[in-house]
Amino acid sequence: MSFVQFSNLHKVYNSDAVEVKALDGISVEIEEGAFVGVMGPSGSGKSTMLSILGGLCHPTEGAVVVDGIDLYQLNSEKRADFRREYLGFVFQAFNLIPYLTAEENVMLPLAVKKIHSRQKKEMAHSVLQRVGLGHRAGHLPNQLSGGEQERVAIARALVNEPPLILADEPTGSLDTGTSREIMQLLSVLNKEGQTIVMVTHNDEVRSYFDRTLLLRDGLIAKDVCKREELYARVG
Amino acid sequence: MKLESIAFNNLRRRKSRMAFLVLGLMIGVATVVTLVSLSSALTADIQHKMENYGANILITPRSDNLSLSYGGITLGGVSVDSTEIQQVDLEKIMMIPNNRNIAAVAPKVLGAVEIGQERVMLMGVDIDKEFHLKRWWSIDGLAVTNDRQLVAGYAVAQKLGLQVGNKITVAGEEFQISGVLAKTGSQDDQLLIGSLPMAQQLLNKNGTVSLVEVAALCSECPVTDMVKQIGSVLPGVEVSAIQQVVKTRMHSLEQFRTFSLVIAGVVLLIGALVVFVTMMGAVNERTREIGIFRALGFRRSHVMRLILMESSAVSLLAGLLGFLTGMGATEAILPFMTEQEVKTLWDPALGAGAILLALVVGCIASFYPALQASRLDPTEALRSL
Repeated sequence: MSFVQFSNLHKVYNSDAVEVKALDGISVEIEEGAFVGVMGPSGSGKSTMLSILGGLCHPTEGAVVVDGIDLYQLNSEKRADFRREYLGFVFQAFNLIPYLTAEENVMLPLAVKKIHSRQKKEMAHSVLQRVGLGHRAGHLPNQLSGGEQERVAIARALVNEPPLILADEPTGSLDTGTSREIMQLLSVLNKEGQTIVMVTHNDEVRSYFDRTLLLRDGLIAKDVCKREELYARVG
Repeated sequence: MKLESIAFNNLRRRKSRMAFLVLGLMIGVATVVTLVSLSSALTADIQHKMENYGANILITPRSDNLSLSYGGITLGGVSVDSTEIQQVDLEKIMMIPNNRNIAAVAPKVLGAVEIGQERVMLMGVDIDKEFHLKRWWSIDGLAVTNDRQLVAGYAVAQKLGLQVGNKITVAGEEFQISGVLAKTGSQDDQLLIGSLPMAQQLLNKNGTVSLVEVAALCSECPVTDMVKQIGSVLPGVEVSAIQQVVKTRMHSLEQFRTFSLVIAGVVLLIGALVVFVTMMGAVNERTREIGIFRALGFRRSHVMRLILMESSAVSLLAGLLGFLTGMGATEAILPFMTEQEVKTLWDPALGAGAILLALVVGCIASFYPALQASRLDPTEALRSL
């Protein structure tokens, strides 16, 4: 069985009596250890898909199963537990808490876990080392560069050692050079066995994915594996 | 890193908001503390004055024939023939449940004596207690200090032409006038006052007393209860309360208390509203932050706990500062409210109560904002970029 399964996912938003179909019947499976890019124009439903996979947004119809857990059969508190244990979020706007240091931001997902403080510190320290920011642990977000903030956000997503990382436009507010560094970091993590689902509309980073889902009007327009893509180019 | 550390870091960062919250709640608590401590200091002051003012319970022999008026109060008969109260029985008064509230028991024996051609009322008293109880007595000369001295009432002194230092003979025994009472306008003007043992002997009433005045100081318990209690330990006597004095005192105290409670309630309500509005604003401002917490796996209960933890910390501080400010205000105001120097009572129970009150008000006022925060939809929260 695949690690992630979407079955016939629909999401309809009702705003001001206007019905907007964000997702219109998506069924897809994602294997463990994959680096999947979700791409498509604005309004194609890619962020909605990520939110639903993240257990943050109830689908109008259909189901999401992660590691055999049907997310929307869980109540909201259990879904919070699921997020804590299974997911690492990396947001476009970094979403670091401004009054907490890099280290404290990284420790956030551990704040409600019953682990000894010293162990929490060790976990945060080791993951900050991993993203190359061991020396910036005591700095506040506003004392860090954009790239460094994104690394802290990635470290925060990793600290719990979650099976699945969800990244929403992590390079969206970074320059090309920094974007490349971040993509290389994610790529290394993926090579180490980390499953990553990443939403982006930056075509330049496509080469890092080993599978790309192209969304259009709430449907999967294309599902391309890297190998196929290479063959297509050679052909 | 625990929830507490997030809460404290947030408070540390948003200093001005926190200061505003503390101030709002602190003013409320300080007002309550000021009014409560003022009211208890004034109660103590009034009790003290009551002690000086005199007795509020009278014990007289039960009698249905002769009557005698004393101090405007109709007593049972105090004629030689009527029954008298046994002095030994008076010890029983101190055995009543409310014995703590008895400030003084002043027994006296009354009887007529002849001085020359005149018949005069002689009153034997427990010297220390009587002169302590009747602070309004102004004596020209000295109070009675031994069995051979007498103090003359104003009218008696006038009638017999007595002056301080004069010697008079009563029933064959010689006494010195140690002092003359200034005019009181009451029955006291008609008396010759001496020591109880001497008067008992002179009047041939050894071991008995004619009436007893009791000063009972009790702001919480009704004096009528104490009257009943004394009546039950001393059967066969008449026990009556000087209701008017007691009622007036209780009434004024109660009025002050009610007024204090109303004012304190209003100020506290305003404090609670300040907390509510500020916390509501804080929650709105932190929508995105709360969304991040939820996305990272914080349960609704964790978010609620976080907000309540912050308001508890603020409330604790406000309670402590409110108590100190309130006590300071009491110290400052009290001298203007009483003529005498009254001590402010630093009551640890009031301190604990103030902190508890701040905690309860702070938590109630921020419960709804906390609930709102916990109910935020994480996607909506994250979208508010």
